[in-house]
Amino acid sequence: MLPFEYARASAVDEAVNLLAADTGASYLAGGTTQLDLMKDGVLAPERLVDITRLPLRGITRDGDGLHVAALTTMEELAADPTVVEHLPIVRQSLLLGASTQLRNMATIGGNLLQRARCRYFRDPTVPECNKREPGSGCAAVAHTARMHAILGVSERCIAVHASDLAVALVALDAVVHLQGRSGLRSVPLTQFYREAATSPDVENVLVHGELITGITIPFLPAMATSGYLKVRDRASYEFALASAGVALVTQDGTISQARVGLGGVGSKPWRSLEAEQVLTDAPATEETFREAAAAAVQGAWTVPGTAFKVELAQRTLVRALRNISGVAS
Amino acid sequence: MAKALSRQRYAQGARDTPVALSVNGRQYKLHLDARVTLLDALRDHMGLPGTKKGCDQGACGACTVHVNGRRVLSCLTLAAQCDGQEVTTIEGLATPDGPHPLQESFVRHDGFQCGFCTPGQIMSAVALMAEGRAGSDDDVREFMSGNLCRCGAYANIVAAVRDVASAGGADASL
Repeated sequence: MLPFEYARASAVDEAVNLLAADTGASYLAGGTTQLDLMKDGVLAPERLVDITRLPLRGITRDGDGLHVAALTTMEELAADPTVVEHLPIVRQSLLLGASTQLRNMATIGGNLLQRARCRYFRDPTVPECNKREPGSGCAAVAHTARMHAILGVSERCIAVHASDLAVALVALDAVVHLQGRSGLRSVPLTQFYREAATSPDVENVLVHGELITGITIPFLPAMATSGYLKVRDRASYEFALASAGVALVTQDGTISQARVGLGGVGSKPWRSLEAEQVLTDAPATEETFREAAAAAVQGAWTVPGTAFKVELAQRTLVRALRNISGVAS
Repeated sequence: MAKALSRQRYAQGARDTPVALSVNGRQYKLHLDARVTLLDALRDHMGLPGTKKGCDQGACGACTVHVNGRRVLSCLTLAAQCDGQEVTTIEGLATPDGPHPLQESFVRHDGFQCGFCTPGQIMSAVALMAEGRAGSDDDVREFMSGNLCRCGAYANIVAAVRDVASAGGADASL
């Protein structure tokens, strides 16, 4: 790890100003991605601004939904009574997302910004990585891929966005609140991320110095059922090969509202409006679920190592929908 | 060039980060390079080598300690971030009356082979009980999945934790 200067911010304005004035500076929250990548030599900020003491913790609710301050930990959000009672999709995505130790450290804002787990991105001795060095190529496309994306990708980059929580949140139309030097703005999470197909090195719409201060999670209709299913190589403590965050409102056997997020397969947390369109106003049956799953993977771009994910993502989505609708296979 | 010069400047001032920590009830005042993790501060600067460095990148759980009562990975925590916080390590578990019940249970159930992951396993298990997640074998497996044991002593680790949990677990908390 290269030397850096450590600074601790005690107010949001102070943190934003420190960053905005210094292009070599980065924020430090839970550290679970930042310090890991600094140890690997992928990131080398000259200054870390520790934001963990900022007054950005806690969860409140009102008519618009649940407001989660950015430094709330994954463990705290998973334990929130409203999340436990009304948002199983969020709770499950959090509990399946990391070990308890990591959930006690990782913040909600940081979770949204976690970097790719692509082993070529994380190994600076590999010269080809458009995410690290724009224009250098993509080693994952040229060599062995497996834990990689099939949606929103191209020969330029096939890194997957590894967050489970963000998959649930794009499905729920969550909104991210940002503070920068020029003021505040709010961005729907579905418009927050860029796709690796066109923008491997710039992953989101943040400008340097902008800080995530919180998110708003709108509530689902009271009748909705929801859940998050994660398929992986180990039973626990592993990144997704494929995952699905889903919610349905079903009346008399007909689906009136559907939300579909897919993980482990997209270069960004993937919202499938195509699948939702198939599901909406259709009977809640296995056949409908399969048709929706087929629509979700239209446009998949694969390399030999990721071709299996086209089928796996569909099966994962079908099973997730089955689980929350009670439809037998 | 400007970048190289500023790096040099940071390197020269590298021991300038003051850190005050309470570890196992004892106060430490240190001046550290900003890069020093809580793990390295414990092992190399406070003489507390019980916490182990396994992967040093947040994947194995060997470095698990408690910060303000919550289990965290000390390898991905900067010491400077813990300024003013309460840290508990494996060295802080035993009392003058003897080992912690979970330490005794690990010995009784042979919950290790080489022993390298054991301090992390036990610190995780103590937190697990406080979180109320030791109610079944499946819960122990799921909520201790961040602690890897390459010897494969998992079955005995689960037995050791469940034994203390089913005995009431009250004596197991800190």
